[in-house]
Amino acid sequence: MFEGEAVTTLDELKRTMKEKLPELDVIIAWGQGFDPLHATPLFIRDADQVEQAVWNPLCVHNLATYLPWLKDKRVGVLVKGCDSRSVVQLLQEGLIDRDRLTVFGLPCSGVLDLSKVAERMPDDLGLVREVDLQQDQVEITTAKRTHTLEKRDLLPTKCLVCQYPNPVIADHVFGEERHPADPEQGRYFDLEEMEERSLQERMEYWKQELDRCIRCYACRNACPLCVCQDHCIAETRDPNWLRQEDTVREKLMFQMIHAMHLAGRCTECGECERACPMGIPVFTFKRQLNRDLQELFGYQAGTDPTAVPPLMTFRVDEENIKDRGW
Amino acid sequence: MSGESGPELRIIGFLCNWCSYGGADTAGVGRMAQPTDLRIIRIPCTGRMDPLFVLRALFDGADGVLVSGCHPRDCHYTEGNFYARRRLEMLKRFLPLLGLDDKRFEYTWVSASEGQRWQTVVTRFTEQVHQLGPSPGIAKECAA
Repeated sequence: MFEGEAVTTLDELKRTMKEKLPELDVIIAWGQGFDPLHATPLFIRDADQVEQAVWNPLCVHNLATYLPWLKDKRVGVLVKGCDSRSVVQLLQEGLIDRDRLTVFGLPCSGVLDLSKVAERMPDDLGLVREVDLQQDQVEITTAKRTHTLEKRDLLPTKCLVCQYPNPVIADHVFGEERHPADPEQGRYFDLEEMEERSLQERMEYWKQELDRCIRCYACRNACPLCVCQDHCIAETRDPNWLRQEDTVREKLMFQMIHAMHLAGRCTECGECERACPMGIPVFTFKRQLNRDLQELFGYQAGTDPTAVPPLMTFRVDEENIKDRGW
Repeated sequence: MSGESGPELRIIGFLCNWCSYGGADTAGVGRMAQPTDLRIIRIPCTGRMDPLFVLRALFDGADGVLVSGCHPRDCHYTEGNFYARRRLEMLKRFLPLLGLDDKRFEYTWVSASEGQRWQTVVTRFTEQVHQLGPSPGIAKECAA
């Protein structure tokens, strides 16, 4: 989306939010962050807060993450296409109540990956004064100079391969319908790149990447479907799944816990990787599982609120699992 | 008797109480010679298998992991192994991403009467793991 169109969409959105607010306890939207390059979640409780809402490619957060914690409230939530899949998945699992939920859907043409932005202006990470978001380009003005960046170079993996730019569930939709991305390199190009490496190289790669992990669990906390939170098995002593020691082995094990608990549930919103302060590509694990589950069971999470997740069911004769005789 | 070649390796076997554990017992009672690399953990049903058990074992130094349960349609609890089959197949496809050879992990079905089959499974799997050699694992020393 570019400025002109986004403005009309935003006006329409604000109008509807004001109309609906009296029936709702809170509307979760995006607001302006600490500088022009950052948006931040905005909890709207009063009509005069509506004006603070923003809608642009900096609205990176998946606001569905907050929903399970507000299950008893009447909540309105703004969702992009990918975020709407998380809402569907939460509904499927009975973690939120459809009757108390109002979904404001926003067709989306991709958000910016701020780590890619930072990579492209390495010597200039100071105060951002102004950001001009155009259709294909982003102009970022700092104290030093103005950087003109191609929007395409700044998209995260999930947007490059996005199949659901339009909300799959919504009570109100704002803006024009978007077309799914048509990735030149294929929907799982990142995994294919990985497959070109030898097993040993892959292991070295993960050791190096996970070495940086500080076990802050931001990946877990940002995940809309990691709903155990305080009861997470990563933090229990009995069973003691994770040792306290600071080794790559334990860090990788934590990622395995996260990935395995999301198998068949992950809606590929990419929040885990976005939230990682150390820039570890933890999204890759979930993408691999999703690709496998799609190939094995033809299943995609977060597309149908009435579907049964593939690991919660079975077929007596599995079509795609061959019995390996001995 | 240890594996065919080299020193004994560590292979973990998760066996279901009703079929494969019985099958291993049948093989033992029948005095069928088997490699000794396998250490058995008895589980109530393969439906109890969490893919994380396998990952934890492989990370902590197991050179191979074998899961064995009742044949499909023969589960003591009717459907435990059907769920297991889905999870374990997913896990087998996942392992190479981490740089772990998926030949280090197998799942199979052996009933309580199939002592002979159990002998074959253990021997073949042990051979397979010996061909790969000791697992590089995610060694503790690689800590930062």
